[in-house]
Amino acid sequence: MTTADLNVALPFIIVAAWACILLVIDLFIPADRKGLTALLAVAGMGFASIPVLLRFEESNRAFNGMIVQDGFSSFLQLLLLGVGVISVALAYDYLQRRKIVKGEYYTLLLFSVSGMVLMAQAGDLIIVFLALELLSVPLYVLSGFAAKSNPESEEAAMKYFLLGAFASGFIVYGIALVYGATGTTEIEAIHNVLISGVSNLGLLTVGAVLILVGLGFKVAVVPFHMWTPDVYDGAPSSVTALMSVGAKAGGFAALLRLFLAGFPEIAANLAPILVGVAALTLIWGNIAAIAQQNIKRMMAYSSISHAGYIFMMLPAIVDSDIAPDAISAALFYLFVYAVSNLGAWGVILALERADGGGLSIDDYAGLGERNPGLALAMALFMLSLIGVPPTAGFIGKFFLFRVVLDANMIGLALVGVITSLISAYYYLRVVVVMYMRSGDPQVRSERWLNATLWLTALGTFLLGIFPGPLLNLASRTGLFGLVP
Amino acid sequence: MPEDFLPIAVLIILATGLSFTILLLGQIFGPRRPNPRKGSPYESGMRPYGKGQRRVPIHYYLIAVLFILFDVEIIFILPWAVVLRDLGIFGLIEMGLFVAILLIGFVYAWKKGALEWD
Repeated sequence: MTTADLNVALPFIIVAAWACILLVIDLFIPADRKGLTALLAVAGMGFASIPVLLRFEESNRAFNGMIVQDGFSSFLQLLLLGVGVISVALAYDYLQRRKIVKGEYYTLLLFSVSGMVLMAQAGDLIIVFLALELLSVPLYVLSGFAAKSNPESEEAAMKYFLLGAFASGFIVYGIALVYGATGTTEIEAIHNVLISGVSNLGLLTVGAVLILVGLGFKVAVVPFHMWTPDVYDGAPSSVTALMSVGAKAGGFAALLRLFLAGFPEIAANLAPILVGVAALTLIWGNIAAIAQQNIKRMMAYSSISHAGYIFMMLPAIVDSDIAPDAISAALFYLFVYAVSNLGAWGVILALERADGGGLSIDDYAGLGERNPGLALAMALFMLSLIGVPPTAGFIGKFFLFRVVLDANMIGLALVGVITSLISAYYYLRVVVVMYMRSGDPQVRSERWLNATLWLTALGTFLLGIFPGPLLNLASRTGLFGLVP
Repeated sequence: MPEDFLPIAVLIILATGLSFTILLLGQIFGPRRPNPRKGSPYESGMRPYGKGQRRVPIHYYLIAVLFILFDVEIIFILPWAVVLRDLGIFGLIEMGLFVAILLIGFVYAWKKGALEWD
C-alpha cells in the first residue's frame, strides 16, 4: 500500500472517515440544533467531490486493481455525491415534521453514500460485495427510522433487511463460483482468464447469473422486485428518495462494470435472459403502477420500470461497437432519472403531512390552483419521467432506445416504447388530478426543500434543452479504459 | 474432476452410517432405567426454576454487543502483536486506525448511555 493507492481511493476515504468523525461530533450537538449535523454532512460530501473533479478523466488503478478510477467512476461518484447532498436537503425539514430528528440520520446517510462511492470504483468482486453491504446496511436502518411512530416503517426495514441479506447471499455464492472457475476475483483478470479460455465455462456462467440475481434484487428488476413497493411505501419518504436513486445507481455501476469489463462473453450467452428480464421489468413495472392509489407505491413501481429502461443496456453491451454508446446512454439516463425522480420526491415530501397523510393521489387535487409553482414543477417531473420533449427524460430515453435499435433488438425497443406509452397514463393522472380537480392540499414550504425543487426542476428543463455538455461528458467517460 | 471428491463422499457416508449405527446399537442393547434426576435439564444438580422464555433485560443485549466489539479487537490484536516487529511502523499505524475506529463506536455507545444500567 502506498500513498498513491490511498490517493485514488480518496473520495471514498473522505466520506467514510467524515461519517465516523461526524458520529462523534453529533454527540456534542444539542438536540435542537441538528441542522448543524446536516450542514456538516453536506460539507463532507462537498469536500469529497473535490478529488473527483480534480482528476475527472484520469485512469488509475490502486491496491493491485481492487480499486480503479476512471471517467465512469468519476461521473457516477459526482452523481452519487450530488444525490447525497440533495437527500440531506430533502430530509432536513421532513424529519422535523415527522418528529424523528436524530443526528444519526445524517451519519447513516453518509455511510450509505460512502458505500455507493466505493461501488463506483470497485475493480474487484470483493470490493463490489463490501461496497454493496456498506451501501445497504445503513439503508436498512434508515428505512426503519420512523419505526417508533409508524409500524409500517418497521415492517419496511425488516423486509428490506431480510430480502437484502438474501440477495447478498446470492452475490457471495456467485463470487465464490466465479473465483472457482477463474481463480481470481479481480474484474479485469476475470476477463483475461476468460479470453485465454476457461476450462469450466458452466461454473462461470452460473456464478455470473447468481451475481446478476443478487444485484437484480438491489436495483429492483422483475422478478426480483417484490420488496420494492412495500419498502418504498413504508420507509420515510426522504429515505425512499435516496434509495430509489442512490441504491439503483450503485447497483447499476457494479452491473455495468462487471458485465462489460468482467465477462462480456458470458453476457452474450445470457443475452436472451437479459432481454427477458428487461422486457418483464418494463411490462410489469409500468402496468402495476396503473393500479396504485398511493403516490409512494406508484413511484415505487415507476422506479422498477426505470430500472428496466436502464437494464436494456446490459444485453446491448455485448457488441463491442455499441458498448461505449450503451454505457454513456446508461450514465446519462441515470443522471436524468436522478434529477427528475428526486424532484418528484421533493414534491411528495412537500405534500406529506405530519401524521403521514397526504400521500394518496387524490390528495393532489387542487394543487394547480392553490400552489401553481409546485404543480408546474410536479408536472415537469412527471413529463420527464414519461419522456416527453422538451424535458430531460426525453433525451435520456431517446439515447437508450437508439442503442437498443443499434444492437438490433427491435422487439425490446418495441416493448420499451409501448410501455413508455402505458406509463404516460399513470404519470399524467397525477397531472390531471392536480389541475382538473378542486381540493385543498396542504403544502409545506421550507427553504431547503424549495431550493431543491428549484434546482431539480431547472435541471430537468435545462437538460432537456441543452443536453450537449452532459452528454459529451457521459460519452467521453463511456469506456473505462479497461476494455480493449 | 468429480472423482477428486470421492474421498469426501466416502467420508460423509461413513460418518453418517457410523453415527446411526452407534445410536441404533445403544437403543437396542442399552439398559434403560429413567429416574427424575436423570430427566431434569441439568444433570449437574442445578434446579431449574420458572419457564424457559423469561423476560431478560434488554441491557444484556447491548452489553453483549459491546463485548463483541472488544472480543473482535482482541482476536485481531493477538496475532498482530506476534508479528509486530516484522510489520514495523506500518503495522503500528494500521492497528492504531483499527483501534481508533472501534473507539469511535465505543465513545458513541458510551455517550448514548449504553453503559448505564438503569
